[in-house]
Amino acid sequence: MSESSAGRAASEASVSRPTQSISGVRPGRIERPTSTAEVAEVMRAAAAAGESVIPTGAGTKLGWGNPPTSADVLLDLSAIDEVTEHAAGDLIATAGAGTPLSRLQEEVASAEQRLALDTTVAGSTIGGTLAANTSGPRRLFAGTLRDLLIGVTLVRADGVVAKAGGKVVKNVAGYDLGKLLVGSMGTLAVVTEATFRLHPVPQSSRWVTVGARDAAHAAELTQTVLHSQTVPAALEVDATPDAIEVSVLVEGRPDGVAGRTTALTDLLPGSVAGEDPPAGWGRYPWDDTAEMCVGIKVTFRLSGLADVVEAAGEHGLRGSAGVGVAYVAVPADRDITEIQAVLARLRETTARHGGSAVVLDAPCEVKEQLDLWGPVPAIDLMRRVKDEFDPDHRLSPGRFVGGI
Amino acid sequence: MTPLETLTAQARALIPEPGVITDPARLRTYECDGLAHYRVTPALVVLPETAEQLAGVVRACAEQQIPYVARGSGTGLSGGSLPHAEGVLIVTSRMRSIKEVRREDQRAVVEPGVINLDVSRAANADGYYYAPDPSSQQICSIGGNVAENSGGAHCLKYGFTTNHVLAADFVGADGDRVRLGDDAPDSPGYDLLGAVVGSEGTLGVVTETTVRLVRLPEKVVTLLVGFDSTDRAGAAVSAIIAAGIVPAAIEMMDALAIEAAEAAVACNYPDGAGAVLVIELDGPAVEVDAEYADVARLCEETGAFETRTAKTPEERGLIWKGRKSAFAAVGRISPDYIVQDGVIPRTALPEVLKAIADLSERSGVRVANVFHAGDGNLHPLVLFDDAVAGAGEAAEDVSRGILDLCLSHGGSITGEHGVGADKAAHMPKMYAADDLDTMQLVRCAFDPDRISNPGKIFPTPRLCGERPGRRKGAHPLQESGVAEVF
Repeated sequence: MSESSAGRAASEASVSRPTQSISGVRPGRIERPTSTAEVAEVMRAAAAAGESVIPTGAGTKLGWGNPPTSADVLLDLSAIDEVTEHAAGDLIATAGAGTPLSRLQEEVASAEQRLALDTTVAGSTIGGTLAANTSGPRRLFAGTLRDLLIGVTLVRADGVVAKAGGKVVKNVAGYDLGKLLVGSMGTLAVVTEATFRLHPVPQSSRWVTVGARDAAHAAELTQTVLHSQTVPAALEVDATPDAIEVSVLVEGRPDGVAGRTTALTDLLPGSVAGEDPPAGWGRYPWDDTAEMCVGIKVTFRLSGLADVVEAAGEHGLRGSAGVGVAYVAVPADRDITEIQAVLARLRETTARHGGSAVVLDAPCEVKEQLDLWGPVPAIDLMRRVKDEFDPDHRLSPGRFVGGI
Repeated sequence: MTPLETLTAQARALIPEPGVITDPARLRTYECDGLAHYRVTPALVVLPETAEQLAGVVRACAEQQIPYVARGSGTGLSGGSLPHAEGVLIVTSRMRSIKEVRREDQRAVVEPGVINLDVSRAANADGYYYAPDPSSQQICSIGGNVAENSGGAHCLKYGFTTNHVLAADFVGADGDRVRLGDDAPDSPGYDLLGAVVGSEGTLGVVTETTVRLVRLPEKVVTLLVGFDSTDRAGAAVSAIIAAGIVPAAIEMMDALAIEAAEAAVACNYPDGAGAVLVIELDGPAVEVDAEYADVARLCEETGAFETRTAKTPEERGLIWKGRKSAFAAVGRISPDYIVQDGVIPRTALPEVLKAIADLSERSGVRVANVFHAGDGNLHPLVLFDDAVAGAGEAAEDVSRGILDLCLSHGGSITGEHGVGADKAAHMPKMYAADDLDTMQLVRCAFDPDRISNPGKIFPTPRLCGERPGRRKGAHPLQESGVAEVF
């Protein structure tokens, strides 16, 4: 086995194939197509039979969202797993939906390039990442998959294959369907292949970490870094009952990174610079599957950081202070009324700061007693979009906002 | 009363004078946008001052089933806001308030008629600016930028309008007002805002936008580099990208474009250059200095015969003046011209430029090339003299031929100007019927009666209500043996 394929096997070892259940709902059968054409065939047959279909990749986020109201077919896309194109000179790559993110990264790294997106759940595939719109610290630098996706091949609920976007970074021809699909939890269409813009791998990286006295101090430090000239690639906060840390990642040329690291240590008294990320960097504050806790994503205006950290209280939070997105883990064995109260508090606080609190994952029995998505503006328009793409509501029924 | 008379009365009740225009002479003022060879006089022009007034007009249009087109400053280059002869033109130029600039949240809240450059001006004092900067940024409006997802010279590094719009107040085709996105990222549900940005006003009208502000860089370095040919300039661009450098901007002009710019603004570009690159680096000072050294070396290695670095803001301004005036400047060397807007994978540049030169030579039609070399967005200027019989047609043939070249290399028919009325007929060359059909699902969800900017982007869309996909092959009931077709 070559070194790269050994690395691939190791990095993909944690992938668990979805054969059991989707939030407690057992699929009627599993289909494992190997091409877009085969996906179209499965979708046409399912349409003819009136069957519900739930697309999945490595299954790492299959437990996210509401339990489906029906799951006749689990559409396992893990066999569509090739990086079909890497045009290094054009800074783009195309891969099948079932391709592990780690494999894509390995492939493009040969040209010292990367998809500027963190793998927040080990084993995640391109398609699953796209459907759930997961992101980590580097979203401060490059946005989320929403901002990196430039083209997509999809199969509609009726089995028709369509493309949107293309393979060039700059393109405004037609509707940007890719944006609608990112974060749609597999409810609009099945993505089988996607093209992304890439970035060069920086020559050097340093992390600067500093302890904050309290939530207000963490917010103050965050504002100091944001308004400085240090151009952080990531700006994270990690609050636990014992401590609050603010960490900054700077990337670039060795000289530039050294200079900016010095500037940061000057700006942040008591900070420490290092070449390795702090513990927990880029991972949610829960294990890869939230079997033991309720995993909540909170979003807020930058000025709301202190209030949101306070609202998370003893549970703490971890996430991107520099963009206003963080994650809270609440132990699932707490009394349900307490969990509901935490969620309500987070919703009230984030709403005050222009954001939201969404339950990503939780044990099935807890999930049943929570409103996972919370209030959603423009829900009627979203329902109309769903009705057009999937008039019979057969794609991942019930998993998404408003029972879509 | 006719439906239009009813609508006019409703508009007058909503919008104070002089916000409703019916005088035929004044209506003609609005007959085109920046693409002046398409002209249609609208039946009615309204200039609302508030979102309520605008929504009221759209609701009245929906009731009367009268089409409407929204327009900002009218600088679009694809006829995206070309009026409808039986419809209402909603002009947002009186909705021009910058409602908020929030440094601590790095964002601004603006109305659609606000001029792009004014957002940066409002944020500069706090050390921030608004990154998307189309060449027309001194006059184009944010509403138009949102509708067209316009880019500009700096979008390779900083992204397009869509990457900088966080939320919008939106008036749907039924006149209902909804909020798309939120003040925070990743609002729950579908990314409807992502679908609306760049939809060229065919899904509805944005009445307020929350945009992201970007920290002003510590240092900016602008270089003007002369080469004897576009091939060598192209090789320099490739070398820079291969070195892992993403400049803030990297623009190329060929000999004819340089000649035009010199004639217009005397920008003093290097004598005898077959091509120039305008390269801008920005960011932390140390980083920019290191990149500058590499870029200068790479340009020299690939055959640059002259490299100038702007030492003052005035020198920087003059370098950019040559580039940004190129479109208008072409008027100095040709009575008429077509500005094309196609995209190719950047690595195909040498091949495509050669093919454009061949096309030009074969047809006898001169083509000046100005483009965003970093991202492969071409703006060939196809020159002609309309006074010469057949010259216009020949120029259009060449212009279409260039788009075909873009498509045959896996590119796009538009990188920033939009499809509008101008390129709707080209859409089927880029997308298959099923692709276009799928895009129509979005239109049907937002605007089933197609009263919002009809006739733009798509050639002949299917009707909403026709279920997708079932127009081909056997009906599912037939396939499953329940029904037969005789």
